[in-house]
Amino acid sequence: MEDLVAYLPLLIQGLRLTLLLAVSTMLLGLVLGMLLALAKLSRHGWLARSAFVFTNFMRGIPEFLVLLMIYFGGTQVLDTALGPGVVNVSPWIAGLTALTLVFAAYASETIRGAYQSVPKGQIEAARAYGFSAWQAFRIVQLPQIWRLALPGIGNLWQGSLKDTALVSIVGLDDLMRKANQAAQTTRAPFTFYMAAALIFLVLTLLSMAIFTRLEKRASKSDRRT
Amino acid sequence: MAGDGPSAPREIPVALDVRSIRKSFGSHEVLKGISLAAREHDVVAILGSSGSGKSTFLRCINLLETPDGGEVRLKGELIRMRQRGGMLVPADMKQVDRIRSRLSMVFQQFNLWQHMTILENVTAAQIHVLGRDRKSAVEKAEAMLAKVGVADKRGHYPGQLSGGQQQRVAIARALAMDPEVMLFDEPTSALDPELVNEVLKVMRDLAAEGRTMLIVTHEMGFAREAASHMLFLHQGLVEDEGPPREIMANPNSERFRQFLSGSLK
Ligand SMILES: Nc1ncnc2c1ncn2[C@@H]1O[C@H](COP(=O)(O)OP(=O)(O)OP(=O)(O)O)[C@@H](O)[C@H]1O
Ligand SMILES: [Mg+2]
Repeated sequence: MEDLVAYLPLLIQGLRLTLLLAVSTMLLGLVLGMLLALAKLSRHGWLARSAFVFTNFMRGIPEFLVLLMIYFGGTQVLDTALGPGVVNVSPWIAGLTALTLVFAAYASETIRGAYQSVPKGQIEAARAYGFSAWQAFRIVQLPQIWRLALPGIGNLWQGSLKDTALVSIVGLDDLMRKANQAAQTTRAPFTFYMAAALIFLVLTLLSMAIFTRLEKRASKSDRRT
Repeated sequence: MAGDGPSAPREIPVALDVRSIRKSFGSHEVLKGISLAAREHDVVAILGSSGSGKSTFLRCINLLETPDGGEVRLKGELIRMRQRGGMLVPADMKQVDRIRSRLSMVFQQFNLWQHMTILENVTAAQIHVLGRDRKSAVEKAEAMLAKVGVADKRGHYPGQLSGGQQQRVAIARALAMDPEVMLFDEPTSALDPELVNEVLKVMRDLAAEGRTMLIVTHEMGFAREAASHMLFLHQGLVEDEGPPREIMANPNSERFRQFLSGSLK
């Protein structure tokens, strides 16, 4: 217990990085996921096909492998291209890239489904009243895509929050790595793994509650009276 | 109608002038050159059997479909088109958006925005397209909702309303734009029979107010009472046209006569 108190500041440091990584992943992943979804829906066959190939690839291999490929593979490629050690792939960049690519791949499917569920007639009505294509997207489509995609995105967030733990393998000083370090130096693995588990649990429960509220708010229009 | 007929008073200006609209889908030529000139306060009923191109014609007017040929003028302003790769495309999308905001369309399936309240449905285009401030948009919306008899639903969502109420909201949304011409595409065809009349009543009132309207409809009784002019489309052409009572009593075309006997039985 004293160990835990002593190492708590360290764990909190790690927690901050974990949260930063998870939130950045979700934001970047949503933007990239939206772009991928639009690419899949595009009229240009080559664009749609490339987007499908990319997402199937990302969803088809273990996330751990994506991370290793970017961290070690990326370093190797950069070393060959620019000379050894000129530019390094940091654990942060590798972790963020890997998690974002995977998040975006899954999110693009969720968003594509939501996009297709918004009736075309509503977009036509917007255009018929003089909305520009961008206005119709922003004012009519996007809020409805958001509402329909929200439950799926909530699941993806939970997953990627937990997957941040993977990035400790390549040396990111996140919660998992800090817990590991503490476990090793104090020889009390149970205490620290348990502490890390509890922190993750609190985070996922908290985010579930937040997403439930967001979903409630976004689906006001479904209420029947 | 087209040109200056003897019965059309010369002093009433033409609001919407549509000339020789052509449109094909693939090898299927749906419109083979359709013209129509609606003067202010005209109510034009457009009839024709299913698949005759009524919707396509209406959608070519506000460019929801891009016509292959022809011209559309609203109050004298020509919608400018240009050639690109052998196809006609709008020369200036800003102009198209501006013209669209002066032509309101009412759809068969209502097409209300499901995530917005009734009030928001009626204010959105006023705010985002016409640039009205929220307060005056809300005032306008409330007045229009009251006019079509659904003011009490302002805080509801479209999914909570009956079809007839939704279509009346859609009409309020159209009216709120102060449109110069209103386009109706079978506004009552998706409604349960007992809800048709509440919508037709609103439309009769609009006709009596002197609104300029183009109405695609299968409601023959309504068309005869409310329309000042009638157009019958067949195989991509105007097969018959004239004042409703006259051409319904004495169709010039055999096709139209058959259509009438079919729809009146
Ligand atoms: N986007 C499209 N692509 C291909 N064909 C189309 C398209 N829109 C309409 N058509 C065809 O054009 C023809 C005219 O259709 P349109 O919807 O204008 O008819 P309509 O007179 O409105 O019929 P209804 O009374 O059933 O509404 C039909 O044969 C239809 O199949
Ligand atoms: Mg139609």
